[in-house]
Amino acid sequence: MRRSTPSLLPTRTRGPRLAAAALAALAVVAAGGCGARVDSAGSAGAASSSAENADCVDTSGDTVKIGFLNSLSGTMAISEQTVHDSLQLAAKEINADGGVLGKQLEIVTEDGQSEPTVFAEKATKLITDDCVAAVFGGWTSASRKAMLPVFESQDALLFYPVQYEGLESSPNIFYTGATTNQQIVPALDYLAEQGTTSLFLVGSDYVFPRTANKIINAYARAHGIEIVGEEYAPLGHTDFSTIVNKVKASGADAVFNTLNGDSNVAFFKEYSNAGLGADEMPVLSVSIAEEEVGGIGVQNVEGQLTAWNYYQTVDTPENAAFVEAFQAEYGDDRVTSDPMEAAYVSLHLWQQMVEKADSFAVDDVVAAADGVSYDAPEGTVVVDGDNHHISKTSLVGEIGDDGLIHPVWTSEEPIEPDPYLEGYDWAEDLG
Amino acid sequence: MTQRLTALLAPGRTRALAGFALAAVVLFAVAPVLLSPFRLGLLAKFLCLAMVAVGIGLAWGRGGLLTLGQGVYFGLGAYVMAMHLKLADAGPGGVPDFMSLYGTGEVPWWWEPMRSPVATVALVILVPALLAGVLGWAVFTRRVRGAYFAILSQALAAAFAILLVGQQQTTGGTNGLNGFRSFFGYDLADPVNQRMLYLVAAGVLLAMVLVARQLMVSRFGELLVAVRDAEDRVRFLGYDPAVAKTTVYVVAAVMAAVGGALFVPVVGIVSPADVGVVPSIGFLVGVAIGGRATLLGPVLGAIAVSWAQTSISEQFPSGWIYFQGALFVGVVAFLPGGLASLLGRRRRRGRGDAAPAPEEPETTAPPSPVPAGAHTGRTAQGRQP
Repeated sequence: MRRSTPSLLPTRTRGPRLAAAALAALAVVAAGGCGARVDSAGSAGAASSSAENADCVDTSGDTVKIGFLNSLSGTMAISEQTVHDSLQLAAKEINADGGVLGKQLEIVTEDGQSEPTVFAEKATKLITDDCVAAVFGGWTSASRKAMLPVFESQDALLFYPVQYEGLESSPNIFYTGATTNQQIVPALDYLAEQGTTSLFLVGSDYVFPRTANKIINAYARAHGIEIVGEEYAPLGHTDFSTIVNKVKASGADAVFNTLNGDSNVAFFKEYSNAGLGADEMPVLSVSIAEEEVGGIGVQNVEGQLTAWNYYQTVDTPENAAFVEAFQAEYGDDRVTSDPMEAAYVSLHLWQQMVEKADSFAVDDVVAAADGVSYDAPEGTVVVDGDNHHISKTSLVGEIGDDGLIHPVWTSEEPIEPDPYLEGYDWAEDLG
Repeated sequence: MTQRLTALLAPGRTRALAGFALAAVVLFAVAPVLLSPFRLGLLAKFLCLAMVAVGIGLAWGRGGLLTLGQGVYFGLGAYVMAMHLKLADAGPGGVPDFMSLYGTGEVPWWWEPMRSPVATVALVILVPALLAGVLGWAVFTRRVRGAYFAILSQALAAAFAILLVGQQQTTGGTNGLNGFRSFFGYDLADPVNQRMLYLVAAGVLLAMVLVARQLMVSRFGELLVAVRDAEDRVRFLGYDPAVAKTTVYVVAAVMAAVGGALFVPVVGIVSPADVGVVPSIGFLVGVAIGGRATLLGPVLGAIAVSWAQTSISEQFPSGWIYFQGALFVGVVAFLPGGLASLLGRRRRRGRGDAAPAPEEPETTAPPSPVPAGAHTGRTAQGRQP
């Protein structure tokens, strides 16, 4: 009986001949294509290619196209749909008001599908196929990082509306959410003011919490705050008994929470079950806004703290108008949150930039950006032409029994954006 | 049984040659002329996904190995390539940007080999081949098969994605690796070089299809089908099924890795979202819809599904996902052999009634002592008229 490794060699004689013939045919075709591409690649390799799409934006008619790129499907859809709604509202208002430079906005919507690669693909499509004047959207850092090379190589404009981990500034992106020195650092200032001397850090395992906690550690070293624990849970993790036990045993003055999404529901339920609450050990969260409070359950987070730059309860005439318009459009049960407001603001800021530049061309808009201001629902914001972020007032809020968040502390003045934390001595060795 | 199956699935030499010639003309001559640079880039991405599908077609369609974890090998190839591109952009002795931002600012030792382009190309193939070889051998000699193997491979994909996310300082975490500027010295922003990448992807895919065809018509291919359909009988005949299974698993892994390595410069990013459980299952969708046991079914299925996903989602950004779901349900319910089985059915009808309905003898195949293991294989063959 044979017991051997099966031979990989084909037994039929036609096999090798077929392969040889086909490979030869393939080689001929490939060589033809190859010759052409080596030549052209060699000559064009050094040349810049971005000019090709620069003038593709059509401004001859009485409309101009802009792109909205949010995840309308996938895990991020629940968050990004709210931003999309907010952008649609802003576009509707601008159109009702006569448009931008007299042109009505024509919206091209694409679904980012919660996948970074899809964001890159759809961004390219919006820029090169639809020839939009600017793109608004993105939420996760991964989606932004995936889109960044696209916008830079095509020399197009992206407005990104979510607070993020900083350490970035692209000439082709405007960041209308907070960078770290407008959200995390003021939150730490607040905790220090309250006499906090020890902190426990809980976060989801991805780039924002890791970077935030790096900053918090540096801040704590310089300000005499002890970090008594630092725990990460995988995104979507829902078993927090171990982490909550560690938190409870640590006896920290407060918890700094950078958990994202569903994990917050599980974390706060476990936290309440363990007999902890805002009075025993307050939790300051930076990823829980009005939208999420309902999902977590008000009873689980009542009295806990959050740090943002906007709340639905902010008392300005602009905010009253924004909330009223939003609820009139989408229903009285809808809430408005920080990323939604930042998205709403981003479209208005672009309008201001275009009108200041009197042009839709990317270079003109970027050149005109510095100092452009807008009376946003959160207060007046001003664009920094160097780092493309905007000044924002920081607000620490307390979650009320009505499911809304009420400011308890404000930075008084808008804080200038500093994505690399260059203005802070203690942040020197953060890279 | 296998001979007839092979004869049906591996068409005659002239037809095969004509088919390859047609595919080559379409890929090398027609597509670059008709498609805009953006659409051509998309097609290049789909071709990379189709490479994974070729491997799955071999392992699942022919070998009966339901691999729910091809994302791991796709990811290994992609990350090895991405590391090289990051290091090349950083220059000799340089540190990739994200490491200085989020990490220690030092390049870990296991990144160092990827500074060399030659080592990178070798590692793209060797790393997944080694992992698949060791894992396959360990699993298949212990006679783990069927659903157990599927679950194991899926768990591997989940673990791999979690590992990547957790090692943010050295793998970029959820952001993955991105922002590449050049590919072996060519500027990636240049459309001419993007076209070159497309041609490379098209050539590699055609070569893979050739390899797959050779494997299918060879004695190894017949042994593989035999292992799929009646593993214990093959063992009684004196063959070691673990060898055949491990071999096809390694081949599928290498094909996935090469697809991943080309995916990186084409798309410009690789992140854990591209290698975990969901994308691993996504690879199977196209293969299942196209027809897993056929030569071209997986390739055409993968390309068609990706293409449909893109164009439908452009038309209906908020409702496209229902179309995809309906398509999948429709194919599984009414065409379990995939779209390729339509072709087979028509061909048989065209030949007249000469071909008897083959289902009966096959579905009543003698029961195997290990029902769980043989199950996948038997359905795969039973639905193939």
